[in-house]
Amino acid sequence: MTTVTHDGGQDETSPHPAGGATDPQKLLSPVLSAHWDEPDSYTLAGYRRHGGYRALGKALAMDPDDLIAYVKDAGLRGRGGAGFPTGMKWQFIPQGDGKPHYLVVNADESEPGTCKDIPLLFANPHSLIEGIVIACHAIRSSHAFIYLRGEVVPVLRRLHLAVREAYEAGYLGPDALGPGKGLELTVHAGAGAYICGEETALLDSLEGRRGQPRLRPPFPAVAGLYACPTVVNNVESIASVPALVDKGKDWFRSLALGSDKSPGFTLYSLSGHVARPGQYEAPLGITLRQLLDMSGGMRPGHRLKFWTPGGSSTPLLTDEHLDVPLDYEGVGNAGSMLGTKALQCFDETTCVVRAVTRWTEFYAHESCGKCTPCREGTYWLVQLMRDIEAGKATSADLDKIADIADNINGKSFCALGDGAASPIFSSLKYFRDEYEAHLAGRGCPFDPEKSTAWADGPNSAHLEVNA
Amino acid sequence: MTNVEMGIPEMPAPDYPAEVRERLEADAREIIARYPGSRSALLPLLHLVQSEEGHVTRTGQRFCAEMLELTTAEVNAVATFYSMYRRKASGDYQVGVCTNTLCAVMGGDAIYASLREHLGVGDGETTEDGKITLEHVECNAACDFAPVVMVNWEFFDNQTPDSARALVDDLRAGREVAPTRGAPLCTFKQTARLLAGFPDERPDAVDASGSAGPASLAGLRLAKGESTPGVVAPRGAASDEEGK
Repeated sequence: MTTVTHDGGQDETSPHPAGGATDPQKLLSPVLSAHWDEPDSYTLAGYRRHGGYRALGKALAMDPDDLIAYVKDAGLRGRGGAGFPTGMKWQFIPQGDGKPHYLVVNADESEPGTCKDIPLLFANPHSLIEGIVIACHAIRSSHAFIYLRGEVVPVLRRLHLAVREAYEAGYLGPDALGPGKGLELTVHAGAGAYICGEETALLDSLEGRRGQPRLRPPFPAVAGLYACPTVVNNVESIASVPALVDKGKDWFRSLALGSDKSPGFTLYSLSGHVARPGQYEAPLGITLRQLLDMSGGMRPGHRLKFWTPGGSSTPLLTDEHLDVPLDYEGVGNAGSMLGTKALQCFDETTCVVRAVTRWTEFYAHESCGKCTPCREGTYWLVQLMRDIEAGKATSADLDKIADIADNINGKSFCALGDGAASPIFSSLKYFRDEYEAHLAGRGCPFDPEKSTAWADGPNSAHLEVNA
Repeated sequence: MTNVEMGIPEMPAPDYPAEVRERLEADAREIIARYPGSRSALLPLLHLVQSEEGHVTRTGQRFCAEMLELTTAEVNAVATFYSMYRRKASGDYQVGVCTNTLCAVMGGDAIYASLREHLGVGDGETTEDGKITLEHVECNAACDFAPVVMVNWEFFDNQTPDSARALVDDLRAGREVAPTRGAPLCTFKQTARLLAGFPDERPDAVDASGSAGPASLAGLRLAKGESTPGVVAPRGAASDEEGK
């Protein structure tokens, strides 16, 4: 068996039952990504060649309520970070209320480290469109929106093409959901604001306003877009629906390496100081050790120091957590959150204080300013973190950042502030020594050059993988 | 009374020339028709006016306000919230270096410092020839291709200081530049028109650069048994053999 860390020669035998299995052909389960290596995977022809839009016929033949129950029974949970059951979200939409219903797909992928929806939309946009049509049948919606972050023009191009193809093929348009039951789909490009990934800020932004979160309740299911019942789902959640419907809920439930409360296939994104960064589609519950073992581990000669399970807003984990099943329950029990499955891996060359300072600057920049604890607290954190990184702070400042983070956490309308607190809390928990070393040594003890992708010369992993 | 600069454009703003106004109105009506509520068209309309002048001018804001029956204050409040709307004249190519944590650590900070020195500009500043505006950007959802540089929001993956300097030199010399993922570069104004919701009319633009980048295919290739697990692991051939 290959190993994860590469300089210590320690025994890497895993205590997790599946932890020893590293055969990628058995462990990985490409579904959404199964045909990305074909030159026309993003076109309608490429999608249909592998059964694309087959699930749609099956779904449209079902009663909408039965379809919602089916997705609920399958156990599909939101892939945008929170893991809320998708079918339950659909069920919350009041029916027979005489108001229009809307489906809004959150394609504002901006959580630092998260990089799954953008390659998915680039290589396979029709899986999302088919999922949208199915979801709109379920919630009885005749107008859906894709809110795509603006900074990804290549993806926008492919969405424009895919939507045009779907209209021309009749999957969208006047009779998309049956005779006289039309469906419109609008692709909407955002304009650069992390906060618009928060669902109520996204809705305000889609209404042409500053993207600032709304007070809840009312929830979007009752008063969402234009104050009408609205489902907001992540790209990957909706794109997973066609395969689920096509292959069946039993098949979907059978894909689980960890908790049976977290079934299904999903995209894990490996990045950072790993030998082979990229997208790895596997059943929920795979471990980081398994993913690293099969993909060549950390970059040669280095060892894992800390990682995020699902973006910078999820508390950091360390090499103690290599065998944590990467599902909602497993990561939750380890004191973090599955989040977006953005596995940012940093090796021993990386200064954790530098990493956290940079994330803190991000949260301060992206705080929308609506809630005082987040707006002011993230500003203060940046000042203190910069001083700590430069070795100009005192040990009392370490308590102060913990106190400020505590005063942000849970005290604002949305989770941005909670996300800002996560790296502070978790880095202090696991790496307080390193903070203190900055203070004692009056500066940062790390050489940033050693962390770069080119630090180890032309044989460093990324250059080789992409050559 | 002191003269405090609030960053609010002086009003009333001049209108566009009649020919421009007529053309933009037709575009604006098409955008507005996509939405059940007209105000939803504000973000695309701001992209549209940016495609006309390269940044959001007071004339552009007045145009948006008139098309949507909003006040210019309401438009200004939105235009200044979002980072993609430029508030001053800028270059043909917006070069954005990701300096969020992962890219920064992997070399984004070094790339950014190198470009600042090479171009002689600071953050958000434009080279004297009007070609390049340099800025640092936040995470752009391409961490498996780190460090990443964006030019007019097309992806330049796995960059180094050398490759990034060569990139800006090519742009300034007018040589054709193709991104790692995305279509051959067009100007910032043309990009803004795409963002307003008007598809790229260039033949083959949508097909450029293939279905997926190499990192996007890493797991798929492994699952299909196409690449050897552990090939870049340091423990040599022994672990590679076991990995199979």
